[in-house]
Amino acid sequence: MNQFIQQLINGLSLGSIYALIALGYTMVYGVLRFINFAHGDVFMVGAYVGFYAGRWMNDRFHAGPSIPLAVAVLAISMIVCAILGIVIERLAYAPLRNQPRLTVLITAIGVSLFLEYGGQQLFGAGPDNFPQLLPNYAVLNTAAFTITTNQLIVLSVTVALLIALTFVVLKTKIGTAMRALSFNPTAASLMGINNNVVISFTFGLGSALAAAAGILWAVNYPSINPLMGLLPGVKAFVAAVLGGIGNIPGAALGGLILGVTETLVVGYSDKLHIPPSYRDAVAFVVLIVILLFKPSGLLGKSGSEKV
Amino acid sequence: MKFASGKLYLLIAAVISFAISCWVPMDQYVREIILTIGINIILAVSLNLVNGYTGQFSLGHAGFMAIGAYFSAAITTFWAPQWLGASVDLSSGLAATLVFFGALLAGALLAAVAGLVIGIPSLRLRGDYLAIATLGFGEIIRVIIQNTDAIGGSRGFTVSNGYTNFFWTYLFAAITIYVVVNLVNSAYGRGFLAVRDDEVAAEAIGVNTTKYKVIAFVLAAFFAGIAGGLYSHFKQYLHPDGFSFLKSIEVVVMVILGGMGSTGGVIAAAVFLSLLPEALRFIPQKYEEWFGIPLPHLIDEILKNRMLIYSLLLIILMLTRPQGIFGGLRRPAFLTSKKTSAPNAIPS
Repeated sequence: MNQFIQQLINGLSLGSIYALIALGYTMVYGVLRFINFAHGDVFMVGAYVGFYAGRWMNDRFHAGPSIPLAVAVLAISMIVCAILGIVIERLAYAPLRNQPRLTVLITAIGVSLFLEYGGQQLFGAGPDNFPQLLPNYAVLNTAAFTITTNQLIVLSVTVALLIALTFVVLKTKIGTAMRALSFNPTAASLMGINNNVVISFTFGLGSALAAAAGILWAVNYPSINPLMGLLPGVKAFVAAVLGGIGNIPGAALGGLILGVTETLVVGYSDKLHIPPSYRDAVAFVVLIVILLFKPSGLLGKSGSEKV
Repeated sequence: MKFASGKLYLLIAAVISFAISCWVPMDQYVREIILTIGINIILAVSLNLVNGYTGQFSLGHAGFMAIGAYFSAAITTFWAPQWLGASVDLSSGLAATLVFFGALLAGALLAAVAGLVIGIPSLRLRGDYLAIATLGFGEIIRVIIQNTDAIGGSRGFTVSNGYTNFFWTYLFAAITIYVVVNLVNSAYGRGFLAVRDDEVAAEAIGVNTTKYKVIAFVLAAFFAGIAGGLYSHFKQYLHPDGFSFLKSIEVVVMVILGGMGSTGGVIAAAVFLSLLPEALRFIPQKYEEWFGIPLPHLIDEILKNRMLIYSLLLIILMLTRPQGIFGGLRRPAFLTSKKTSAPNAIPS
């Protein structure tokens, strides 16, 4: 039981990172009906921006691990990635708005590879050690389980961002426009919504969340490298499909479920007779099962594809 | 294409590749490049049957290649010496050839079975979902190999005999091209194009779309398995990381660059992309010879980053010429039938 609680805490912290990335997939799918393959690599760029920003501030202001440093790094990374997301959309996806979906998918794969290997060129292929942004210690250390500050930070930042996102989507004008666009793009533009602006905004928002996820990931697993976005990216996509792609609460739920499942499978690997190195296969098994039995996802609406 | 003339071409290809492998001397470096080209042609042409002709976007080709590579290597390295005993010489000669041929076929059959098992559930999905599901299956295959200690796991697998030569590689390349071209141009094979062009319409006029998709997938897996077997007995060292998602992407780039659904174009792209890394290696050297100064460091670095160049190729190609460099062009006469020619439109 003790081990179970500990695994649950670890799983929730991993799952909230997946949830943040999954939100970007789901929002972009909502407005454009396509899977932004490069999203996982925006997550990687987010971690690297945080790496350079953190190091620069450490050198410049000799700021040790502290809250202002962490907030500044998070904000810089989110802003840079929001711009990156908008630029990617403008340059690579916008010219293909009326092309077959496969063309856009291939372009997205190209952008993803470009970010990965361009990142290798720019940041170096080897792993880098992410600077410590906040002191890490065990907040709650009982015989049963340990909660570290890092885990608390991950959970609280995720919750804060989710509340902010819900506010943006439900209460603001641009959020209403996003929802309108995902219902019916043509009708939305007839009602005076500038679709291009809304699409850019969606990409910016999703990429900023991915950047936040990148920072949180790097705080927990400080070794970062240019290919780090591949697996979390695919897993977050699985989370988005699990929750029902296009559905924002679904993405958050899917992320948490996937994170907990993965951690539990690894934690109980000896009892389940599954070697822990199978952890990366867990997400794919979940994906295949969900696609076969409930392709619309847990919270998604099922609808037939129009011809 | 008439069936008989297709067989004739196949025979000619077999004879020529046999003659070359017997009488044309090749140094190690040239041999390496030429065999890589042959293996890439098999991979690209077989994947083109799924991605190009049938319009199903698969990202798991490396997984099937891995199955063929590991299974055939396990046969020639572990099982064959055990079954045949020490008295049979397996380094060369007739016994070695038969064992190699059997191992190739066994590896390809296992890959085809895997293709069937994976294809039946995942081909119910469309477009982006299918791409991710096949990517997932490919990665699962890799993770399983990585965790199987008997075939080396993450330490890698050393194959005892390097059987692969020019003859085998190009014989199978010719067979792959023959099968794919004949299949797609046959009356039966029009079903593949129908599934690609409009799945709903095809289903409405009575084409069993699921059957066609699965057949394409299984055949592609079979030939990927052959390519894997050739690869393992050529490199003589296998590592699960060599069969990751990136290997699949490499083959996909060949198919897209060549123009999906154009066998000639895909072959040309496979040759081009196999030669590209070698050509890029010479650029800095030649530049220094011609201009007397070394190539700027940054450009030199970028030229070494093959995947970066692939990614740029993909993006620029999709933005400017989504049908591929060779797609939509008239195909050479020997690949087109006289009466009807297959449409080259990109699937939506």
